[in-house]
Amino acid sequence: MAEFTMPSLGADMDEGTLVEWLVGPGDPVRRGDPVAVVETAKSTIEVECFESGAMGRQLVEPGTTVPVGTPLALIDSAAGPREEEAGGPREEPRVPPAPERAAPATAAGAAPARTPVASGAPEHGPVEAGPLIRRLAEQSGVDPGSVHGSGPAGRVTRADIERAAATASRPARVRATPRARRLAAELGIGLSEVTGTGRDAAVRARDVSGAASRQAAAHPPQRRTPAAVPASHPPGEQAPGMRQAIARLMARANRDIPHYYLSTTVDLAAATDWLHDHNRRAPLPERLLPAALLLRAAAVAAREVPELNGFWADDGFTPGEGVHLGVAVSLRGGGLVAPVLHRADTLGPPALMSALKDLVTRARTGRLRGSEVSGATLTVTNLGDQGVETVFGVVHPPQVALVGFGRVVDRPWAVGGLLGVRPVVTVTLSADHRATDGAVGARYLSAVDRLLQKPEKL
Amino acid sequence: MNRADALNAVKESITQVVPDADLAALGPEDTFRDTLEMDSLDFLSYLEILGERTGVRIDDADAPELTTLSGSADFLVAHVT
Repeated sequence: MAEFTMPSLGADMDEGTLVEWLVGPGDPVRRGDPVAVVETAKSTIEVECFESGAMGRQLVEPGTTVPVGTPLALIDSAAGPREEEAGGPREEPRVPPAPERAAPATAAGAAPARTPVASGAPEHGPVEAGPLIRRLAEQSGVDPGSVHGSGPAGRVTRADIERAAATASRPARVRATPRARRLAAELGIGLSEVTGTGRDAAVRARDVSGAASRQAAAHPPQRRTPAAVPASHPPGEQAPGMRQAIARLMARANRDIPHYYLSTTVDLAAATDWLHDHNRRAPLPERLLPAALLLRAAAVAAREVPELNGFWADDGFTPGEGVHLGVAVSLRGGGLVAPVLHRADTLGPPALMSALKDLVTRARTGRLRGSEVSGATLTVTNLGDQGVETVFGVVHPPQVALVGFGRVVDRPWAVGGLLGVRPVVTVTLSADHRATDGAVGARYLSAVDRLLQKPEKL
Repeated sequence: MNRADALNAVKESITQVVPDADLAALGPEDTFRDTLEMDSLDFLSYLEILGERTGVRIDDADAPELTTLSGSADFLVAHVT
């Protein structure tokens, strides 16, 4: 039995609110699966499980705020492998369980919490299926009585259930989290109309809210949906406490970090031409924004100048293992989060672009995962869309540098002794003078410049 | 595609990108990209969703036409067969 505890999702977090369980007690969980949604002062995060097994007792009710480290649930780590092996009929209990009729009324008695589905013909006889299989059937919305057993003596096996679940046209009972169910009821959304994005296509609260806002858009005048958002605050407003959390972090940065600032202007003619050429040929989903090239250059330069990629702690610098770029994302209601592009230096511009799209979308809808908000070794801020040419940012401790990109603007520019009009961007570096000196920072900015001149090699 | 359908497709696509957008307050000629504070990523998502929904091919060069409700609707009416 392992404990699943309230994780620390950032140096400045000391408590969090459990918003939603994404799995129910008894559900199998795998390491890395998101199992709960937690709201911190800064954002709403999906928290992954660090054990494989089965979700045990859930100790904390949604809506409860608890300190970091508080056990939220028990994970039965032993349950996992057994469940995996249970597919073979040899694992079934020797004594067959009491035969069950396929009629829904009888079946319902076996599982009071969840209503199994009668999707099949009622004329089937008694069903031979072990408790694990029965449970799987119930979870998949399949009536074991309607499934043809392919095991010895017509026993229903795991594969049978899975096949039935896959072919079932539409299970009458939609898999959904309790919160999604409640929200759907509040908003008057039919769960079967919602596409689930959870595990096994379970419908989650945000799927419901997405469906609600799409419905609201389709029928705008009648009445505004009261709360089409799973988070406890509307998306147009800052999360309560976010301002304070940013305030604490930035005050600490300014108090502890002796910043130095460098700036250079980079000719983007080659990069812009390359982008236009790429985008003319690429279908919409594969089009690239300048941000993809800028991030790529920032990541590769960080690999070349590792002194700026890492952490300052205990009066010393620890280089980061890999380049994990934090990307400052401004939120619609104000405030910002900096989700992380892990191993950004190993991703080409197209991969970076899709990772960025995904991260920004989820940052703005409040659905980042725990692993996506921690571990940045260097942060990039791109204020180009806000129209400013130059941004000198504040380093996010414990990192030691922050790279800023401004807006791409057309400027008179001397090339080869001639004056021309070129697209240019101002690249800045704010860095911690305890960790590096200006010469290192200069090396970094020169590398960014050099890399952006050869976009085809990025 | 008639204009009402086109306008609906445009509004629904915007709502998918900016869920809390107040479309009622948006005039047909307002540059919604600015009014709704869409950044370049948001705008690209809008084009993607619109293209997917209507099956129309949207080129990079078309983007400037698609920054208002009426511009977007006109584009769809002209290009969706």
